[in-house]
Amino acid sequence: MYRYDEFDAAFVAARTKEFSGQVERRLSGELTEDQFKPLRLMNGVYLQLHAYMLRVAIPYGTLNSRQMRKLAHIARTYDRGYGHFTTRQNIQFNWPKLSDIPAILEELAEVEMHAIQTSGNCIRNVTSDQFAGAAADEVADPRPYAEILRQWSTVHPEFSYLPRKFKIAVTGAEDDRAAIQFHDIGLQLKANEAGEIGFVVYVGGGQGRTPVIAKLIADFVPEEHLLSYVTAILRVYNLHGRRDNKYKARIKILVNEMGTDVFRSEVEAEWSHLKDGELTLPDADIGAIQAYFAPPALPDRAEGVVTEIAARKRLPGFDEWRRQNVAAHRHPDYAVVTVSLKGIGDIPGDATADQMDAIADLAERYSSDELRVTHEQNLVLPHVARADLPAVFEALEEIGLATANAGLATDIIACPGLDYCALANARSIPVAQDISNRLADRQQQIGELKIKISGCINACGHHHVGHIGILGVEKKGTELYQVTLGGSADQNAAIGDIIGRGFSFEEIGGAIETIVDTYLAERLGQEETFLSYLHRAGSAPFKEALYGPSSKAA
Amino acid sequence: MALKVLTANRLKDGEVVYYNHAEGWTPTFAGASIARDTETVETLQKTGAAAAARNEVVDVNLIDVMHDGDDIKPLRLREIIRASGPTTHPQFAR
Ligand code: HEM
Ligand code: SF4
Repeated sequence: MYRYDEFDAAFVAARTKEFSGQVERRLSGELTEDQFKPLRLMNGVYLQLHAYMLRVAIPYGTLNSRQMRKLAHIARTYDRGYGHFTTRQNIQFNWPKLSDIPAILEELAEVEMHAIQTSGNCIRNVTSDQFAGAAADEVADPRPYAEILRQWSTVHPEFSYLPRKFKIAVTGAEDDRAAIQFHDIGLQLKANEAGEIGFVVYVGGGQGRTPVIAKLIADFVPEEHLLSYVTAILRVYNLHGRRDNKYKARIKILVNEMGTDVFRSEVEAEWSHLKDGELTLPDADIGAIQAYFAPPALPDRAEGVVTEIAARKRLPGFDEWRRQNVAAHRHPDYAVVTVSLKGIGDIPGDATADQMDAIADLAERYSSDELRVTHEQNLVLPHVARADLPAVFEALEEIGLATANAGLATDIIACPGLDYCALANARSIPVAQDISNRLADRQQQIGELKIKISGCINACGHHHVGHIGILGVEKKGTELYQVTLGGSADQNAAIGDIIGRGFSFEEIGGAIETIVDTYLAERLGQEETFLSYLHRAGSAPFKEALYGPSSKAA
Repeated sequence: MALKVLTANRLKDGEVVYYNHAEGWTPTFAGASIARDTETVETLQKTGAAAAARNEVVDVNLIDVMHDGDDIKPLRLREIIRASGPTTHPQFAR
């Protein structure tokens, strides 16, 4: 894992001190709210419906047990005993007092964490594949590059006041688990014929009120040119991106308005001045960062095969969990374990302080001290010996986190919605809970199905890319839910289409069940996934089931 | 005229508060003074602006409320949830 060097530590300490001073001056009245608001936002402090909210960055979703224990401690000491893991691989605390935030930031700094650039029109926390460094299907570990981007972008003077926020995601695998095509810049590591490492570059993806799939603008940018190329993109955006209208300010709008080819040639022109200059990454520098992410020493543990077979007989539920939540590791004796934060009927992404502590213990004992946060609001133990899977399963069962539902219908992404969020139009979490309860018994039979829920058009809950997406709006003072079908956040990126008129809070759970029932009744068999069925049959059967036969033409 | 209540979040801890003529800012919606005429609305507005200027509270708003039987409740669901806490956490009901 990355460790702060002296510079990082001094920088975070200085920033914590600076912001603590700003909080103090705000509390004493020296700063007005208008003066303070941009300062607090640069440090991850929002004001939500009920309280302040603190958003803490978990760079590229990687953390160790010490850091997780600190998050648990903060939840217990300064909050109400829980935290909320988000789709941006951050954690949000929902109830901190403003007057406690300096103390919280100091505690975070002790474990090399902070809340810098988790808000504001800057380059945000760089996200990555939660299986990075462990996945069997990876060209190279994307995290060193994400870390290089983090160092380069942190308080980058030229890019601290962009037209709008800017999100970068990096993945090292063909199978896209980081939704790179829905980021301002999506980077996919690739090896060329000579075996050199470089990046496929996508630009201008995003969700919000204008969902856009990113455009491919470069097939292979050699790794040493990562920073110069990304700088060229940001310069073009910083210069031409709109500042007159917040809703047209993201890079996706610029790319659409310019056209991909013009945008690409602008970037190439800018890059021609920058390439091979001071932003070129020397091999030694890349190597130095990579060394931090050197894979843990994983001794052979061939006995795993036998242990697993025995456990399948002994432990009810183990086999199901193993099939659903355990993925292939580079080392055949090891596995990558998804810890579902989506217990049936639970709040997606919430974890209690006790659960965080228990998971930290598991990471320390069974996963080379490493943990990951996924953009689907789950946690991951990335390096578990197959021989230890039964013990990990039993320990997770004890803390209520052994739900075997990764990628299934109850593994729902939901934003905080109207229960917390000041911008919301409708609740998201209770809708997720209701659907989870309704579909739990059948989820194995249903197979892969991604349901994603947002409480307003900002789309923090990724509804545009849900196989089934749910968007809460306000109509005549009540909550109304629009349903979209056919979105996808992986390498086959797609934006869902609205199926028809919306549903009330009371109706929406039943409507989703109707959609699922229709699929189950009509599919060719278990092998035909929800998405394949939708692609074959179109939305007509769903419309008919939801709105009756007359609506076919609608 | 629509009935109004003055609400804000306390600067120091962010807690949701309502304004009461006699007691000042109180944490419960039930304790809020209700403005039934334009004059009282104006007074509340001034009180809110002054409290914000004194840095007691932030995000000051006059919200619409209505009769609900013998009770008064906020008109918008957003304000109902603000007044009573997240619907997902009955233990935090206020
Ligand atoms: C609770 C306080 C939050 C506020 C005030 C907030 C605000 C916003 C706004 C205004 C946008 C639209 C930005 C734009 O289109 O330019 C947005 C987008 C987004 N937010 Fe949030 N959000 C919040 C919480 C969250 C949470 C909890 C998550 C993760 C679960 C999240 C993840 C995202 C994502 C992924 C997007 C889409 C980014 C894109 O447009 O490409 N946000 N948010
Ligand atoms: S989608 Fe809307 S309601 Fe949900 S967290 Fe984002 S801003 Fe809030």
